[in-house]
This record gives sequence, C-alpha cells and structure tokens, in this order.
Amino acid sequence: MTQFDTLRARFPVLNRPVAVLVLLMLALVVVTVISLGTGGAQIAMGDVIGHLAHRIGISGTGIDTFDARVLDTLRLPRIVRAIVIGGGLGLAGAVMQSLFRNPIADPGIIGVSASAALGAVAMIVAGHVILGSFYVVVGPYGVPVAAFAGAVIATAFIRILSRQDGQTDAAIMLLIGVAINAMAFAGVGVFTYMADDAQLRSLTFWQMGVLAGNGPTDMPAMIIMALGIAYLLTLGTPLNLFLLGEAEARHLGVEVEHLKRRATVAVALVVGAAVAVSGIIGFVGLVAPHLVRLVTGPDNRYVLPASAICGAIMLTGADAVARIIVLPAELPIGLVTGIVGGPFFLGLLMREKKRRRL
Amino acid sequence: MSLVAQDVGFQARGRYLLRGISLTLKPGEVLAVLGPNGAGKSTLLRVLAGEYRATTGSIRQNGQDISGMAALDLARSRAVMPQAASMTFPFAVRDVVALGRAPFRKVSTRQFDQKLVARAIKLADIEHLADRAYPALSGGEKQRVHLARALVQVWGMDGWERRATTVGAEKDKERFLLLDEPTAGLDVSHQHALLAVARREAHQNNVGVLMILHDFNQVTAYADRVIILQSGETVAQGAVDDVMRPDLLSTVFKSPIRAIPDPNGGSVLVSQAV
Repeated sequence: MTQFDTLRARFPVLNRPVAVLVLLMLALVVVTVISLGTGGAQIAMGDVIGHLAHRIGISGTGIDTFDARVLDTLRLPRIVRAIVIGGGLGLAGAVMQSLFRNPIADPGIIGVSASAALGAVAMIVAGHVILGSFYVVVGPYGVPVAAFAGAVIATAFIRILSRQDGQTDAAIMLLIGVAINAMAFAGVGVFTYMADDAQLRSLTFWQMGVLAGNGPTDMPAMIIMALGIAYLLTLGTPLNLFLLGEAEARHLGVEVEHLKRRATVAVALVVGAAVAVSGIIGFVGLVAPHLVRLVTGPDNRYVLPASAICGAIMLTGADAVARIIVLPAELPIGLVTGIVGGPFFLGLLMREKKRRRL
Repeated sequence: MSLVAQDVGFQARGRYLLRGISLTLKPGEVLAVLGPNGAGKSTLLRVLAGEYRATTGSIRQNGQDISGMAALDLARSRAVMPQAASMTFPFAVRDVVALGRAPFRKVSTRQFDQKLVARAIKLADIEHLADRAYPALSGGEKQRVHLARALVQVWGMDGWERRATTVGAEKDKERFLLLDEPTAGLDVSHQHALLAVARREAHQNNVGVLMILHDFNQVTAYADRVIILQSGETVAQGAVDDVMRPDLLSTVFKSPIRAIPDPNGGSVLVSQAV
C-alpha cells in the first residue's frame, strides 16, 4: 500500500477519473486566483475574485484602479501564458511518453526544446548577420519564429533519421533525440561563446525560461499552442493502443505511421511555440504526466487532459514563487521548476524503485 | 469469402523469408501452421495480418486486397494474438482486455463492451486477475490476457440486439483470428483450454482461425487443416490426417518421429531422443 493507495481508499471519489479531472480544474482555478494576488503588490483574494467577476460581467463594480491595472496589464497575461504553456508542456510530455512507450520521454530529453532554444539563440546572436537588412523587417518576430523553426527542423530530422523501410522504431527515435539534444546544446554553447554582453543577458533568460513574455508578438505562438493542445487531446484511445506495441496498435485499427507523424509534428509545434514565448522550461513535461498517473492510472483518455491541467497548475504555481522569492527582482521560472521538479522527480523514482523490488 | 494468400513472397534485406505461399483460410475452420524455427511462420502470420506488406503475390480478405484496406476496417474483421506483447504502463488486466474493443468504439456501447469483456475474461480463466496490474503478471498469464483481448475484438458486434442499419454490415462480415504460438508459456491445462476456445470460435461462431503450433498432437487434436513451412516455402498443405505423417515430419524436423498406437484409440506422434 502506498500513500496514494491509502488516499484513494479513504476518498473513493479519486477512483473516478472524471472526478479527478474536475478536482484538478478546481485546483487550477484556486492556484490561478492565489497567483494573481501574489507578487510585488499584494492584492487581496477577494479583490482578485471581484475583479475577475467584473471582467466577465457578473458584478458591476470594479476594484481600486491601481490593483486593476496591475492585474490587467501584468498578471493576467502572464497567468494566461503560464496556463497555456504549462498545459502544452504537460500534455506534450504525456503524448511523448506514450508515443515512445517510455516513461522518461519528454520534449526536453529528445532535443526539441534545446533545438528551439538553439534557433532563438542563433537569431539573437547572429540574426543581423544572417538576415542582413531583413533583420529590421522581421523585428520582434525573428526570435520566436527561429525558435519555432528550430523545434520543427529538429523533429523532422529525428523522424527522417529514424525511418527505415517506411517504419519508425520508437527506441531508435528516442536515442536519436538524445543525440540531437546534445548537439543542440553544443550549438547553444557556441553562440553563447560568440555573444557580446548585452546578448548574453538575453541568452541566459532563454536558457532558463521566463514568463514575462514579449507582448502582442506572442499571440501567433499562443494560438498555435492552443490548436496543438486541442488536437493532442483527441489522441487518448489511439495512444492507449500504442502502449501495447506498434504492431498491436495496427492490428487494433490504428494507422500507426499517420499517428506517429501527426503526433510528433503537433508536439513539435506546441513545444516550439512554448519555447518561442518563454524559453526552456524543464521538468513540467516529465513530472506532470507521472504525477497524474499516480492518481488516474495509465489510461490516456484521462492522463492527457489531466496532464495538461496539472502542467498548467505547476507553471502557474511556480510563477507565483518566481515572482516573490527574490523581490523586487524575479527568478527565471525554469530555475524554479528545476529546483522544485528535480528533487520531486527523484523522490518519485525512489518510490518506484522500492515498488519494483517487490 | 475467406482470407486468401496467393503466391505470397516476402523479402527483407534482399533475402526471401517467404516464397510462393498460397493458402486459403475459410470461416469455420482451424488451420494450423507448423514448421521448424526460422521457417517463416511468424512472418507469414504478420503478412496475413497486414503488418508486413507482401513483396510479391496478394492477400485478399473477404475479397478485398488487404494492402488497400484501412487499418480500422481490417481490425473490425480480424484479430491477432501476438507472441509477446510488452507493456510497461500499469494498466489493469480488465482495461487491457477492453482495448480489444477499440475498433468498435464508434458503433458499440459501454454496456455491450463490458458484457463481452466479462465473457472473454471468464473464457481465458483470468477472472481472479482482472483487477491486477498487467505488468505484474507471469508470462503465461499475460498470454491469456491477450487471448481475451483478441476474443473481444473478433466477436465484433455479435449478439448486438439493436440491429441498427449502420452496424448490420459489420455484423455479417466473415471474421478471422490469427494466433502466434498461443500456447507458448502456458501450462498443460491452459494450453488445452485455449485451443478448445479457439476451436469453438471456428466451429460455432464461424471464425476462420489460423494458429502457429509446435505440438504435433495438438495439431491433430484441434486443427482441421495444416500447412507445413520450411525455409519460407510450403512443404505440405492439406487435411490433418493427410499431412501429419511420421515420415514427412521426420524429414522436415530432421528428427525421428513415430506414430504410436494409443490404447484409447487413434495414434500419438512422438519424437525420439537422439
């Protein structure tokens, strides 16, 4: 009996995956409200709720204008970014783990995130050299587009290299991803070495992850993420069949190569867009699905949406921590997820190790 | 309508693993595939299942060439029990069996699926394991889970009361069950239970059953016809009594095999120690 089993025995509601989804949704709402109230300027929870109610037109009276402006211009957009990016990363991790039938798969591990960062870093350091006079034309879109291109190219590369006789071997694909990851990080290192002081500072933020965003230029990326998330959420049953094995999935009516192609492309789009907005944020894609499976079990029909919500909760919570821990500055959020997520994941692994001994 | 392979060859890395295989699996019969290790039995099953594409020749299922069929259409008329299906994620046994209903998720209901799953779990004798985590089972127990999964798939929409027009067509299709060494890892009583289930699917539910076997006496007891492969080619094919001759088996398996009269009637095929 693990703690989670006893917890489930005590609260039978946790045995119903749909109830778990509803609970997670509620948790996300609570974390969102708390996160909106936290930061340099503390805003009372009642005020946050009042303001939200005012915004969606339920209550007529708004709150104090300064607090309202902080919420509207600073925190709300940030929380929306945290929810969409966290949801996208959590979901992308869950899909990858099923696709590779390997619980350690994660967009960070197979090099998609690193390649996106490589694209961004290359643009920051060498953009004006590569694009010449066009650099001014692309303006603020240059870096996110490059990040995005990095993720898509890396995924295409991994897929082409792992293809043989029209089939892809998931295990080989994972290892190729690891190699791509190493190369992309080496590339990031090269550009970091070439960068000047001003560039260096913006590079560091790309590698550590920030949710501050780039204003309205994030919009296309956010829309791509939302569409990618919507598509990936429909893959529950096919991915369940995939867990039996690729041949078995085909015997059960899944067009295996189609599924692999579409899912990897959708993951690349989501992760590329996430990195384009916020840089590399690790561990959410790895930890969120694992955490969710402890409660819902491995059924992807529930794991996928629950991982998305769980990722959103993690990132929204981590963002609140990042904003208050080193006031008046803010900690890059990738550091927070790393510092909290790393040991947490280790704990999960130790628990798993003990269970496998039996 | 049957599952018909016509002059099928399969080539991988420039080497023919199968050559010139023709066979017909009719609904309502059990066809056993026999042959030494590396003869191409599993490859043949995979080609018939549409997992590998035949390099030469054609495979037609219910009159349709399977290379042009959608995976979902194939899945609705034939089920495969694989040799070793690995799954590391801790699905409950009942849920693994229920995955066999996936091809019918658009046309079936939850109640109907649950009914079939419960029946298959009983037939495969895994009722006591139904709530256990699949990865924790032994090899033989896992085999029985996959038997149950293949059964709920091959049953399709049989026994569906509301004969809706959309489902009607599914219901009347001929269906096939392909079993890759289904008895591997099973104890003797479960081997017989499984073979009896397979035979009953053929004789009572009109399913065409093809299975790869190694035990000569299981072939003679449970199969209607048999095909013997050697080095990717057909050595013999026909009714069990015609093909299962000691002289032929001795040559193919390079080991002396004798038929010994059984005091209870008939004869038993035994291989001699060298």
